[in-house]
Amino acid sequence: MEYLIGIQGQDFVLVAADNVAAHSIVKMKQDQDKMFKLSDKILLLCVGEAGDTVQFAEYIQKNIQLYKMRNGYELSPTAAANFTRKNLADYLRSRTPYHVNLLLAGFDETDGPGLYYMDHLSALAKAPFAAHGHGAYLTLSILDRYYRPDLTRDEAMDLLKKCIEELNHRFILNLPSFSVRLIDKDGTHDLEKLIPVGAK
Amino acid sequence: MALFDVSGYKSHAGLRGQILGTGVGHLVDRPNQEFAVPVGVDPSGFLKSCSREGGVSIDLNHGTTTLAFKFRHGVIVAVDSRASAGSYIASKEANKVIEINPYLLGTMSGSAADCQYWERLLAKECRLYKLRNKQRISVSAASKLLCNMMLGYRGMGLSMGSMIVGWDNKGPGLYYVDDNATRLSGRMFSTGCGSSYAYGVMDSGYREDMTVEEAYELGRRGITHATHRDAYSGGVVNLYHMQEDGWIKVCKEDVSELIHRYRKGMF
Repeated sequence: MEYLIGIQGQDFVLVAADNVAAHSIVKMKQDQDKMFKLSDKILLLCVGEAGDTVQFAEYIQKNIQLYKMRNGYELSPTAAANFTRKNLADYLRSRTPYHVNLLLAGFDETDGPGLYYMDHLSALAKAPFAAHGHGAYLTLSILDRYYRPDLTRDEAMDLLKKCIEELNHRFILNLPSFSVRLIDKDGTHDLEKLIPVGAK
Repeated sequence: MALFDVSGYKSHAGLRGQILGTGVGHLVDRPNQEFAVPVGVDPSGFLKSCSREGGVSIDLNHGTTTLAFKFRHGVIVAVDSRASAGSYIASKEANKVIEINPYLLGTMSGSAADCQYWERLLAKECRLYKLRNKQRISVSAASKLLCNMMLGYRGMGLSMGSMIVGWDNKGPGLYYVDDNATRLSGRMFSTGCGSSYAYGVMDSGYREDMTVEEAYELGRRGITHATHRDAYSGGVVNLYHMQEDGWIKVCKEDVSELIHRYRKGMF
């Protein structure tokens, strides 16, 4: 029901998430922000079971900030992704596993941009593009078809718009708006919300 | 692992023991954990077995409609008053709003026991906050406290859907908190099995610039139409208005009279 997408370019990562917080058939909130800022250049996008998402993401967020306070420098995106995965894995075989699907996007001074895909079974994969949710079944092929590693910011935005339009056209559930953010060497930038219009 | 030690991350087993075991505090304002549960007990499984046919049946009180919405002049809170146990109406005048203090209200839906207990505990924590910090607790912090209480008993079969309503320095506040430790801030929420009917009426009649009387009427209408369609909601509408200087109780009206007034042509 929820949707996350990330696209890595040459020197940036573009991410988007839908804004609906739903409980069974009802949209309880239409402006929910599913992105959590782990640091200036790392974002965690989190969807999954109600309650688990916010709790797990905030837990990771506070621990990343604690690391910075204790050590004076921030964790790299790779280290943050592995830390997150380790936590998911440790809780997986407990009485209360966290049922969450994640995308971690970040920019590292030395390694450049990075997008990490994690799922509720605590798999971790670094990928050039990724998506979560039922919408992923409709959009991954679009990303396969049109993605190039040397996408410019505008081209990546157009590719993102193509994916959102496809959801608007074919996905049975209405997702009225999407938050969009871009991470590059200058930090995290909030872009305009994407609002697909009209029936096609 | 270097990161493991440096970040102070506790292994899962250790943390669980701390939460469920010996009463060692892990939260600032909670010197004792309320219930020490032996490891291996599965309350939610036990509850499932109790509602099976042919045998002991313990049905929790789930039927309710509650609603709350923000508008220009504050927050309106409206609840029904039917407490049902399966198909039996246990009470027709249950109180589903807890008056935490003169500027904070909490609504209850789900298991009556869970709601009453945990919201009363929240009231205690809010009072302690005020005594320790010499200022009122914010609505955001109060809802976070309740959310964290739910988190401590995650997976153990609690059932609670509540809205925390108040007025603090940031203006009117409305938060939805439930037993999964979901916490959402918003302008309009409705909970309980009649909530979908209430949403229908509220969404179609809501305007941000309503007058106070129009807002009262919308709250009454939401509950009344929901009780008309939902078998597990009924009784009376209890209506509250959260204003800058605290809440006031507006009215308490029987839904059967209200529905006759609204739908004259129907009967």
